[in-house]
Amino acid sequence: MHLVHGLIVCDECDSVYRKPDLRPGEAATCPRCGARLDRGTSSARRARQLPLTLAGLVVFVIANLSPIVTMEIQGVSNATTLWQAVLSLYRQGMLPISAAVFCTAILFPLTLLAAHMVLLWPNSQNRHPRVFALISRLMSMVRPWVMVEVLLLGILVAVVKLSHMAEIDPGVGLWAYGALTVLLACVLSSGPQEHWTDGIQA
Amino acid sequence: MSTTERPPRARDIGLVHCHHCGAVWSAAPPHARCSRCGCKLHARKPDSIARTWAYLLAACILYIPANLLPVMVTRGLLGEQSDTIMSGIVYFWVTGSWSLAAIVFIASFLVPLLKLVALLLLLVCAQFKTRWRRRQRACLYRLVEAVGRWSMLDIFVVTLLAGLVQLQSLATITAGPGALSFGAVVVLTMLAAQSFDPRLIWDTGDPTPP
Repeated sequence: MHLVHGLIVCDECDSVYRKPDLRPGEAATCPRCGARLDRGTSSARRARQLPLTLAGLVVFVIANLSPIVTMEIQGVSNATTLWQAVLSLYRQGMLPISAAVFCTAILFPLTLLAAHMVLLWPNSQNRHPRVFALISRLMSMVRPWVMVEVLLLGILVAVVKLSHMAEIDPGVGLWAYGALTVLLACVLSSGPQEHWTDGIQA
Repeated sequence: MSTTERPPRARDIGLVHCHHCGAVWSAAPPHARCSRCGCKLHARKPDSIARTWAYLLAACILYIPANLLPVMVTRGLLGEQSDTIMSGIVYFWVTGSWSLAAIVFIASFLVPLLKLVALLLLLVCAQFKTRWRRRQRACLYRLVEAVGRWSMLDIFVVTLLAGLVQLQSLATITAGPGALSFGAVVVLTMLAAQSFDPRLIWDTGDPTPP
């Protein structure tokens, strides 16, 4: 079994192509099935990834610690963070749902950001190739299950739903989730294949 | 484009590529691992059709209680009210929030239903190796993969409402049994889409599909 250089295979239809030379901003799509094959990246864009990931981690902590919304009905007010909402669901005996929300909105986004941080850290691939490979695989495993953008829309729907019957005051958490959605979109624009360069082996 | 210019397919010329890191290997033995990133190499996802059927059938069965049972129970001074997915959408509609009614209708009702139908179509076509509209089916698969996650919307809404509306005497909101089935439908259809191998769309017997 040996590595073939200079070829690219479409993930979705198995077609083989010569690896195109792409400039930054260019993308190659498979003429047969239309799937994205590869995209050109610039070193500047790659260099931005680490600070963006770091910012994502900071915003993640803020988003999780601050109340998302405060609600007030007839002088009684209540604020909730996502953690409290998950706990309250758990106490109602809805373990599977609270676990799903915990994973998709707290655990997996954190795992993704932390993993991305390790992968982007200068020279991490050369120093610990096995750990690098493991973390890279972990990252692509949790990636489809990170649903911060869906949570953000969910928060907005919940706010509108409650605004009919109570005073609603959006908290820091809401803005933090908005920022986290944007940062995650920037960070996720690179696929796992960008971390792997020819020649380095686990 | 003439037939000779069509790109070959990796399995036909003895190549296999790593799904994770993109490395292309020749003469890989069966059950080998990628020596670059350590992932299992396979020309096609193992038992793709059987696994997708299993997830899809489970999702279809749970789709019924997900829509019939209440996802949210509101207890207030004026008594108890149970909301299903549909009655939640109707509530938005009659209170004048049409855009939200549309968003929730699309995310919670249309997307899960169309996803079940689309996966069913993809599976049946792949199983019969039909050459019917392969490019459009490939496109449909990408769409299913991309929009599936948005159905979690209602689960997040219920979670936040259950966390926020806990005002003992005035009102409390709890999640209902329908939320369990609905969450399971979303997760199962996502697993079904992940276990389906889109390369099966193109495995139709002709050496170089268009």
